[in-house]
Amino acid sequence: MAELKTEEEKKQYEAYVKEVTPTHCLPANMAKAFLVGGLICVLGQVILNWCQGMGMDEKTAGSWCSIILVFLSALATGLNLYPKLAKWGGAGTLVPITGFANSVAAPAVEYQKEGQVFGIGCKIFTIAGPVILYGIFFSWLLGVIYWIFTMVI
Amino acid sequence: MEEKNGCITQILGKQSISFAYPVYVQGCAAIVGKKEGEGPLGRHFDEVEEDDKFGQKTWEEAESVMQRKTASMAVGKAGLQMDDIRMIFAGDLLAQSIASSFGIGGLDCPLYGLFGACSTMGESLALASMAVAGGYGEYVLAVTSSHFATAEKEFRFPLGYGNQRPLSASWTVTASGACVVGNKKGKVKITGVTTGKVTDYGLKDSQNMGACMAPAACNTIVQHLKDFGRKPEDYDKIITGDLGYVGQQILLDLLEKEGYPSAKVHEDCGILIYDRETQDTHSGGSGCGCSAAVLASYIIPKVACGDWKRVLFVPTGALMSKVSFYEGNSVPGIAQAVILENAESGNNRDR
Repeated sequence: MAELKTEEEKKQYEAYVKEVTPTHCLPANMAKAFLVGGLICVLGQVILNWCQGMGMDEKTAGSWCSIILVFLSALATGLNLYPKLAKWGGAGTLVPITGFANSVAAPAVEYQKEGQVFGIGCKIFTIAGPVILYGIFFSWLLGVIYWIFTMVI
Repeated sequence: MEEKNGCITQILGKQSISFAYPVYVQGCAAIVGKKEGEGPLGRHFDEVEEDDKFGQKTWEEAESVMQRKTASMAVGKAGLQMDDIRMIFAGDLLAQSIASSFGIGGLDCPLYGLFGACSTMGESLALASMAVAGGYGEYVLAVTSSHFATAEKEFRFPLGYGNQRPLSASWTVTASGACVVGNKKGKVKITGVTTGKVTDYGLKDSQNMGACMAPAACNTIVQHLKDFGRKPEDYDKIITGDLGYVGQQILLDLLEKEGYPSAKVHEDCGILIYDRETQDTHSGGSGCGCSAAVLASYIIPKVACGDWKRVLFVPTGALMSKVSFYEGNSVPGIAQAVILENAESGNNRDR
């Protein structure tokens, strides 16, 4: 194999590559993420207020808000609109609950051809899996810490 | 030409072969997807398929059908029947090369399946030429394909997943290119090949494949020029596979450092196939269908009509899988070089 012999040479090449590789403009990306993410959250707030206006208590209205946002995101994924929004909005579409819904809906659409069990069943959480696993794990960990804390005090 | 054990020696230098008798291109074809058809080379392709699914149920089937159609079309354009083809060298980007197995399987023709990532067209063309030069087949077919949707699924994310591609990323080309080589005189001849080495500069960024492959391209080109005792100017064009804009700049810098400045003659199929401004393809096109389609629809016709007398075709591949990437391995590259010459131009610029 033809390769660079020393770590230093590899680092030099990596630094050189970094120098010649263009990157997205960070401030512009952050501004777009703020705008798109903010708008998604405003939509959530509108749904929440509307539900409460219909006479629901805060908890029920919150559940409806999540359900509607997740539904809209899954629908937009199926219609190939969400990837376009994400391309422009970046992290603004990733962080709200809609990003999570997209990461579950997209594999479901893609792997449907491989069957209900081995396709959708096995692969639906390929992107969202780590979020679910470590989300649950850390909430358990925090729960334990909280429990120890209450025992001591 | 010297003889050894009754065979004419065709080996040259450390990694090259100079064919004792030229191998000729008998016919070639390229079928591409809609986006490629809208690109700068759109009018050159034999067929632009508007339906990216090629009338099939899955993306993988679509790629197989595209490859099979392209292979048949190249054989037809060579004025031959599938029965005349002694063997096929075929490859694609999918795991276990299923696009080729299922695509070429339907042709009922002997097959060697290959994997050289995006360099596969160079690999298959080199092997097909060697088979003809060695007398193992009168007519041999080389074909490769790639499909945007199957490659995204294989190497990256499901299509519906929203994310931002970095500017160094390339766009996998939906295309297939095929080329029949044989010993019947034609307009384009293949006079030699240089086999590439796996080249690893330790880069781990699979979203910057140009930078991962450029050292391999440099390595193969330099070795080729040394083996043949030539300079970059001895070629009208040196055309790499899919380095893209980022990789092109790195390759030219590396070649300059090695003492072979090639900026004047270098082109890249990944840059040629898309218009970066209007098609949003970032660093350019990639995939083994990229160099294959550009070869069949643009490079070979240009050499055939004499616009270019001698061209070095150097497809480049990034050798990685999802597993190697997640296990923290670097992304090594490989490049295979094939010399294409106008058959009428004579050997006035030969050694």
